[in-house]
Amino acid sequence: MHDFLIAFIGGLMLGLSVVGYLYVNGRIAGISGLIGQVLNSKTMFKTPAIWFLLGLILTPFIYGLFVQPEIELNASPLMMIVAGLLVGFGTRLGSGCTSGHGICGISRLSKRSIIATMTFMFAGFVAVYIIRHITGAF
Amino acid sequence: MKNLFAFLFGALFSVGLMVSGMSNPKKVLDFLDLFGDWDASLAFVMMGAIAVAFIPFQKALRTAQPKTVFNEPIDLPKNNQIDKKLITGAVLFGAGWGIAGICPAPSFTLIGLGHYQVLYFIVAMLVGVWIHRKWSGA
Repeated sequence: MHDFLIAFIGGLMLGLSVVGYLYVNGRIAGISGLIGQVLNSKTMFKTPAIWFLLGLILTPFIYGLFVQPEIELNASPLMMIVAGLLVGFGTRLGSGCTSGHGICGISRLSKRSIIATMTFMFAGFVAVYIIRHITGAF
Repeated sequence: MKNLFAFLFGALFSVGLMVSGMSNPKKVLDFLDLFGDWDASLAFVMMGAIAVAFIPFQKALRTAQPKTVFNEPIDLPKNNQIDKKLITGAVLFGAGWGIAGICPAPSFTLIGLGHYQVLYFIVAMLVGVWIHRKWSGA
């Protein structure tokens, strides 16, 4: 199957998941938002966020027994620490990530989310350009 | 019951990420490498997700008091402000995304697939969320 089609099918699953979470649990499935809810003692068990995250974390243990998806993670520990800090802080400051702004926000046609998505994509392009084409790392 | 559904939606999201290629940091970086050997396939993930989510989200938005299947209120974001926080947050998130090729949801799928070095990223991300909370005084 063509890469584009496989990606599209995976995307359909993500869409079904966020629609389900909206219509059953009544909330936006933005992963950075769910992390924020779980890390806050006031909301930790008040929202279903922890259950969604558990499904997200545990499923690959089983999925991996049947299919080993191709994974290449080349970032050094230091790069991962810097990236993690930026992603954690940035998604809370900007109230969302690829799922919350990208999938849910664009589906709502929220101007705020469309601008956030364009901005983080652009920042991602620039970061990769600098790392791959200026410093010459992977 | 609702928590079980939340768990299953998290599981479906997880499978969607692994099927689509979003859980592969190398593929994400190839997608963000607009000026290199660009791999466009991940754009189709977003298209697939929005293709499913668009109508249900619009329907919820256009209903005066949208309700879940359990007849509870659906909670949709109301903030429409495009401010410095949104843009700065998106820039920082995008930069982090471009450094390691990992955004919040795929970071969690990588544990179960046996790529434990992703824990550097995850711990740093949680620290980033915590720093934001202390810094913003929330």
